Amino acid sequence: MFADVPLFPEQASTIAPRVDAVFFYVLGVTIFFTTLIAFLVLYFAVKYRRRSEEEFPVPNVGSMKLEFVWLIVPFVLAAIMFVWGASIYIAMARPPDDALEVYVVGRQWMWKLQHPGGQREINELHIPVGQPVKLLMTSEDVIHDFYVPAFRTKADVLPGRYTHTWFEATKPGRYHLFCAEYCGTEHSRMGGWVHVLSQDDYRRWLEENADRSMALLGRNLFSKLQCVTCHSGNAEARAPVLEGLHGRTVPLRDGKSVFADDNYIRESILKPDAKVVAGYEPIMPPFVLKRSADDTEGNLTEEELMQVIAYIKSLRPGETPPRVEESIPPEKKK
Amino acid sequence: MTTAIAEPRPSPPHHRPDDRVPDYINVSYGVKSWLLTTDHKRIALLYLISITLMFFIGGAFAVVIRLELATPKGDLVSADTYNKLFTMHGIVMLFFFLIPSIPAVLGNFLVPLMVGAKDLAFPRLNLASWYVYMTGALFTLWAMLAGGVDTGWTFYTPLSTSPTTHTHVIPTAVGILILGFSSILTGLNFVVTIHRMRAPGLTWMRLPLFIWSIYGTSLIMLLGTPVITITLVLVAVERLWGIGFFDPRVGGDPVLFQHLFWFYSHPAVYIMILPAMGVVSELVTTFARKTIFGYKFVAYSSMAIAVFGFLVWGHHMFVADESAYAALVFSALSFLVAIPSAIKVFNWTATLYKGSIVFHTPMLYAFGFVGLFTIGGLTGLMLATLAIDVHVTDTYFVVAHFHYIMVGGAIMGYLGGLHFWWPKMTGRMYPEFWAKIAAAIIFFGFNLTFFPQFLLGYLGMNRRYWEYAEEYQVLNVMSSAGATILGVGYLIPFVYLTWSLWRAKEAGPNPWGATGLEWLTPSPPPQDNFPETPVVTMPPYVYSRKEAEVVG
Repeated sequence: MFADVPLFPEQASTIAPRVDAVFFYVLGVTIFFTTLIAFLVLYFAVKYRRRSEEEFPVPNVGSMKLEFVWLIVPFVLAAIMFVWGASIYIAMARPPDDALEVYVVGRQWMWKLQHPGGQREINELHIPVGQPVKLLMTSEDVIHDFYVPAFRTKADVLPGRYTHTWFEATKPGRYHLFCAEYCGTEHSRMGGWVHVLSQDDYRRWLEENADRSMALLGRNLFSKLQCVTCHSGNAEARAPVLEGLHGRTVPLRDGKSVFADDNYIRESILKPDAKVVAGYEPIMPPFVLKRSADDTEGNLTEEELMQVIAYIKSLRPGETPPRVEESIPPEKKK
Repeated sequence: MTTAIAEPRPSPPHHRPDDRVPDYINVSYGVKSWLLTTDHKRIALLYLISITLMFFIGGAFAVVIRLELATPKGDLVSADTYNKLFTMHGIVMLFFFLIPSIPAVLGNFLVPLMVGAKDLAFPRLNLASWYVYMTGALFTLWAMLAGGVDTGWTFYTPLSTSPTTHTHVIPTAVGILILGFSSILTGLNFVVTIHRMRAPGLTWMRLPLFIWSIYGTSLIMLLGTPVITITLVLVAVERLWGIGFFDPRVGGDPVLFQHLFWFYSHPAVYIMILPAMGVVSELVTTFARKTIFGYKFVAYSSMAIAVFGFLVWGHHMFVADESAYAALVFSALSFLVAIPSAIKVFNWTATLYKGSIVFHTPMLYAFGFVGLFTIGGLTGLMLATLAIDVHVTDTYFVVAHFHYIMVGGAIMGYLGGLHFWWPKMTGRMYPEFWAKIAAAIIFFGFNLTFFPQFLLGYLGMNRRYWEYAEEYQVLNVMSSAGATILGVGYLIPFVYLTWSLWRAKEAGPNPWGATGLEWLTPSPPPQDNFPETPVVTMPPYVYSRKEAEVVG
């Protein structure tokens, strides 16, 4: 029975051995000091046990020298922990530029994942071995957290904004995916598996599950939602050109500027007045997220919003589709 | 413990029983004389009864949680019930037991005695704070009986403000909000008493270390509690009227809640552990018959912990989209707060060196505290290390860590202090044999319960899971077995301490040969504490004439 009891988690990402290395350092310090203190306390307790009621030990009010020793030694050991842990954390926060992007939407109580090629999954994620994967994540309701213990990766998934995390799997296999942030009744069942496939298997999986790409779906929405009416690709139009927008710094009307990342594009769609591009009027109507699939008040779902963003990110100069004649701009919401 | 050799030694030992001043328990009789008392010692006993009740309610929730987790499938209670159980376990244990435990019981009883005063600065406010506590507690218990709450004790938004969460969030929050005022009033009372009512000659550097720790704790209560009060009001306003503070659907920011919540709730951890550290300083010196090693370092480290404790709240949000720069700062500050804790542990250990050590039950709890707090503190360093925290936050590793601090630390300190001052509070000794058995059972049961949870957490088992993956079962069964033992361990002191009130032998004024002012007055003390105001001429922890010459 005890033979199959795991005592240490599998290491299946490039970051896992680095996290475990700093963990073993802190664990070493922990074992050393716990043993030292326990030994000294027990040794003193036995050695200096009271042998007679008349015994009054010689008082010792302290020693500056010793106080500084046990102020400085823990300080130095802790400083090493800080620097070591922080350097790995910074690596975790910066996905490599060539990372494959996967779009994640969490909701009570399931994970919905979309690949750029349009492949969609629920509670399962297929990724290739040996290639960095970046997750762009949001939630439809409360806070969730995408956690893969074998990768030592965890990031909160928040409603109303995008968060990201990344990992590079090192071993093909099947690994637990958990929701780590308490999210209500079925929190403990909000999980599934990450399948790490060899490059060949991954290519095969992509082909078998191929669908219209996210950008293509986003292009349809771009026309359907009348975005193209104003964002027509003409610099003289009422709205800025979106070609090559992602990753650029955009000057704003109030003299500030903003780096155009996913969160900025999201905000510009949902709250257009928040950051208006220099040289344009705040005339764009805000688009409203649907609270459910059959919500007629809203314009688009979280997943559709991700498709639109994927499309905008894919736009290169000259690629904006032609303006449709009968398009009329949607009325501004009251 | 202050002077050993205070000049006018109050109440010489050879009084005949009939010319004794009646002690505070026998000075008047009847329910009314207790419910309307302004005597800090009687109020301490009112708190003792109330928090003991809350402790066993919180413990009962824990028992069901551990029974459910004995198997991977959710087969004992439903998911919703389970979620309510861990939520209510946290709320009862933290807000209604641990936060008031040492301050409201031992602090209330001892602060005036230790500083040589007749009572706290505001005796009626003190009684009021107990009534406020009871109002909050009854409100919360009512909410639990009416159906409970399932948001986790952390009330994270937008889960807690979402209209789809149907449980009693607002009544519970109101209960905690009311309770907060009790904390504030108690803290205020202690701060004023320690500043203004010290006996002649009792300078700051002659204060017992317990008083220093209670002083630090009171500052946190005064400065931190209003923040949680405001936060809970904002949650209620968003839930009732949909005004957006935290839910992005109505224009709020969910992480803002976490900042506000932890701005109080992290310092609140120090409300729980600092008083226990103060208790341990008293125990180690008394039972080693030796003055504390490095008095100033131990005293100032309490203040350092109280101050730094306010600067580390962001370490609860390393994976919650916190900016990497903020995470770096909060990580560094979290390491700094560990240093004053380390200083205390080293100084207690050094105090034992060449001491004259006896192993009465309170000292066993002090040893237990030092060992378990060391493990709890060092695993805290793992959590402060950014890369490790990303992996283990929100797992059982965190659960194990904070139970080592709060159960292994704070409750060990509380039980040690309760046994140590029991003779003073009741005039009777506890039965030493049974007390040692219970201490051993608690220590063993505690470790069996919580050590496997460190392994579970690093393996990736998440907290607040009603069902879990099968490979985690063996460690969970160990933990559940340990919890059973721990539960029995906690029942034993309850039985023999109650028994001791009537049957145990009388204690006399100073059964331990301790030095504090509280040991100069009879046990139990008279209503006014001291027949004459004591005058202090010595630093604390001076155990012999010879020592008095060296230190004095």
